[in-house]
Amino acid sequence: MSWGSLNNFLAMGGYALYVWGSYGVTALCIGIELWSIARRARRAQSRA
Amino acid sequence: MRGGSVGHLCGPADRLRLKADGKDSLTIDSYRLQDEAGIRGWLLFRFAAPQAFYPLAGRMIPWFATLAALLALAGLYISFFVAPTDAQQGEAYRIIFIHVAAAWMSMFLYVVMACWAALGLVLNTRLSGMMASAIAPTGAMFTFIALWSGALWGKPTWGTWWVWDARLTSELILLFLYFGFIALTNAIEDPRRADRAGAVLAIVGVINIPIIYFSVQWWNTLHQGASVSLTRAPSMAMTMLTGMLLMALAAWMYSIAVVLARVRSIILERERDAEWVRGLRGVE
Repeated sequence: MSWGSLNNFLAMGGYALYVWGSYGVTALCIGIELWSIARRARRAQSRA
Repeated sequence: MRGGSVGHLCGPADRLRLKADGKDSLTIDSYRLQDEAGIRGWLLFRFAAPQAFYPLAGRMIPWFATLAALLALAGLYISFFVAPTDAQQGEAYRIIFIHVAAAWMSMFLYVVMACWAALGLVLNTRLSGMMASAIAPTGAMFTFIALWSGALWGKPTWGTWWVWDARLTSELILLFLYFGFIALTNAIEDPRRADRAGAVLAIVGVINIPIIYFSVQWWNTLHQGASVSLTRAPSMAMTMLTGMLLMALAAWMYSIAVVLARVRSIILERERDAEWVRGLRGVE
């Protein structure tokens, strides 16, 4: 699969909103989960 | 040594003692005696004790996290740079790589959560309820991602973000089951009672899983049928299938790493007053 240029890749054949909307929100969810787990671990360890 | 008198009892007996006196170091002593006696049969039961599982989980997390990252990188590379453009859907189909992995994970994690919950209900092991509680948020996250990516995929291909059909509705119910489990277990003060109440909800909710899975066969639905079947040849390009499976594997490894990390915090929170946790403080 060759996209030719970065712009073509980002445009996703006109479906950029849908494709990047899916992947972006997934990345956001994972980020929030990792952050909340790290915070909980810090708290649990300091109170242990 | 206080554990001396129960040294000949192993496995379930330890847990009986545990129930009797909660968080006494007695258990550690009897486990040690058990090792000295060379009894290996209760290895699983040994790690069912939170104080034994805590360091084990800590050692496993980096491995699963690394595997998750490598699999996700390989999966994303294939998803975006190897898999060809779909003849009907164009590039919009690339949502499949995240959507299917998340949807599989949302159902699988629920079953695993219910199994741990049931185990806790039957055997009354402390770790089981902690595992169920550790799985629920990650399961809810994958359910949300499946619904969200589904909506963003539905708009360009079906022309609508949402329809109240069997597959979508039952997946939404799955999200509410996760929320219900989290809310219920958080609302009950005593963790052991919370575990039991949550377990009943989780077990009853399992009925929803086959409904989600078979909904595309049982009812007329806008949602397409199963993407992957063991009984027939794959209906998609090999590279698409590879990308999907890699992403699904990455989601598995990620879930294991995250659940282990969360359960470690839950263990510390619940066993705050136990002698072994107070011992940890001296080490760390």
